[in-house]
Amino acid sequence: MNDAVIQLDSVSKIYGKGEAEVRALDSVSISIDRGDFVAIIGASGSGKSTMMNIIGCLDGATQGTYHLDGIDTGTLDEYQLAQIRNRKIGFVFQNFNLIPRTRAVDNVSMPLAYAKVHRKERRERALEVLGSVGLAERADHKPSQLSGGQQQRVAIARALVTNPVLLLADEPTGALDSKSSHEILDLFESLHASGRTIVMITHEADVAARANRVVRFQDGHIIEDRRIRAINAHAVATAVPA
Amino acid sequence: MMIAESVRFALTGVMANKMRSILTTLGILIGIASVIILLAVGAGTSNAIKAQIGKLGTNVLTVSRQTTAGGRSAGGGQTVTGPRSRGTNLTLQDMAALTDPVMGPDVAATAPVVTAQNVTGTYQDATHAVATFVGTTPSYFSISNDTLAAGSYFSDGDASNGTAVAVIGNTVAQDLVGNSVTSAVGQTIALNGQNFVVSGVLAQKGSSGLNDPDDIVVIPYSAAQDKFTGYSPSLSSISVQAKSADVMNQAQNEIQMILDARHNVTSANRDYQVRNQAQILTTATTTTATLTILLGAVAGISLLVGGIGVMNIMLVTVTERTREIGIRKAIGASRGSIVSQFLIESLIISLIGGVLGIAAGYIGSAFPLLGTQPEVQWWTVWLSFMVSAAIGLIFGIYPANKAAKLRPIDALRYE
Repeated sequence: MNDAVIQLDSVSKIYGKGEAEVRALDSVSISIDRGDFVAIIGASGSGKSTMMNIIGCLDGATQGTYHLDGIDTGTLDEYQLAQIRNRKIGFVFQNFNLIPRTRAVDNVSMPLAYAKVHRKERRERALEVLGSVGLAERADHKPSQLSGGQQQRVAIARALVTNPVLLLADEPTGALDSKSSHEILDLFESLHASGRTIVMITHEADVAARANRVVRFQDGHIIEDRRIRAINAHAVATAVPA
Repeated sequence: MMIAESVRFALTGVMANKMRSILTTLGILIGIASVIILLAVGAGTSNAIKAQIGKLGTNVLTVSRQTTAGGRSAGGGQTVTGPRSRGTNLTLQDMAALTDPVMGPDVAATAPVVTAQNVTGTYQDATHAVATFVGTTPSYFSISNDTLAAGSYFSDGDASNGTAVAVIGNTVAQDLVGNSVTSAVGQTIALNGQNFVVSGVLAQKGSSGLNDPDDIVVIPYSAAQDKFTGYSPSLSSISVQAKSADVMNQAQNEIQMILDARHNVTSANRDYQVRNQAQILTTATTTTATLTILLGAVAGISLLVGGIGVMNIMLVTVTERTREIGIRKAIGASRGSIVSQFLIESLIISLIGGVLGIAAGYIGSAFPLLGTQPEVQWWTVWLSFMVSAAIGLIFGIYPANKAAKLRPIDALRYE
């Protein structure tokens, strides 16, 4: 059995045509295994955001193939891609991206609504996950009533609620103060310790240092792929996500 | 279940901008209410006219003298010469011929009508200018759907002998003897100086519109000829009652065949005309239908404007919530769920407007407008409901599609 959650083979992303052609990704191949905690770093314009969009199935590759959890995403239609995003990926964004005027618990349970989970079960699972990120008592607060760190924890809860195979974080600490940043990174570490596969895009070296493996992008190429720590095999074996 | 979810999301959207939703709803409300009210006014007017024409008598045809020059000039080359007026007379013999059971099997009853203008009634100090003054036979009353409030009609004998008796309408009685109209029976009133004994007072028909059917004095036809019109062989007109509403046209043909033969004319040079009550009704109905369509069209335009308002607001909403759409797509919303969320949102706005508009239409139609009582038509209520639903769908589909087609990465980047 192939244990790679993410498998990119010669993936290119080309914007524009002819003279104006820009290769945001140029024949990138990478494999990320289950249970790994990978930081993707690079300067702005290096291709790391394009990488994030492709891994997150928000955008398609121009060339090459991308397998997510063994599924060839190039063959999927829009509806199936929406389902993949819903069930396989949990997104955490830099600016939290919670739905305004909507209670934390409803924000967290929203992916389950699109997964057609029953209303009562949705609420139970949302409250459970909110509890696991330490926000049980804030369930009925709206985003505007929460601090940045709390909002990001709600966003992480939302990402986790469908029990995805991949947690995809785009500059998750970019909009936070250092104390909240530490809390969020600690949360990521504990999630990783419990067997989650995490891919984190960042441009900060100290944030990247929390990962097992650091992949550096420059001009659409991977110029460095360094493993800092081994994958915790025991955690992966006992992890919940299937 | 997903629909219930979309409804919930859509309601959140509607509630997020209460003022905006209320104003948009108001646009639909006004449109629907005006459609219902104006069509109700049209229907009310139409029914009032029909009722009024019905009061003039049931299945009535009126044979009157042709006043145009057509008859004379067309007949000029033949037997009729000069100013001879024989051809323009309608006589009691003509009338009697109409009731021939062989030639006119569909004619039920006839009554002569001799009219006079500018007749004034006087009783003690009170005077009243009579609007309709008719000399006829008792059969006139049943043809005109008249009933008595008090007293009696005059007899056929009175009609031919010219007895000085009169049956007066409610308005005339009120003006002459005051509110207790039945006390007029047995009193002697003067009509243009000639004394008449009131034998009966007609029951009120009720005025609706231009002329008052209760402003009438009916006397024997021979008395009218003797004392008002001067002796003339001609009647003003003949009222004919057909056996039923279904045979109005047959009755008209029979009358024309009988009179054409008697007057020695053809359809080209007829010296009389037959007016069919059904035709009058048709004309009146066509007129009010045109009016109703015009009113409805004006109201429909305001509804269209309301619909454009819904679309406008939905477009603003979609632009405003581009980021939310991006987030929803990123966490797994399909195109279909985005479309249904926004479509349901515009449906909610327009249906609330529609339902409130129907209520407002009912309330507005409770009050008389332009002299008629509007009558709300059931079909307009259903139509309005359907139209407001259709507005929600039609004017919501473009913004909803626009939302669904947004690419998640573009939508997420939107500030």
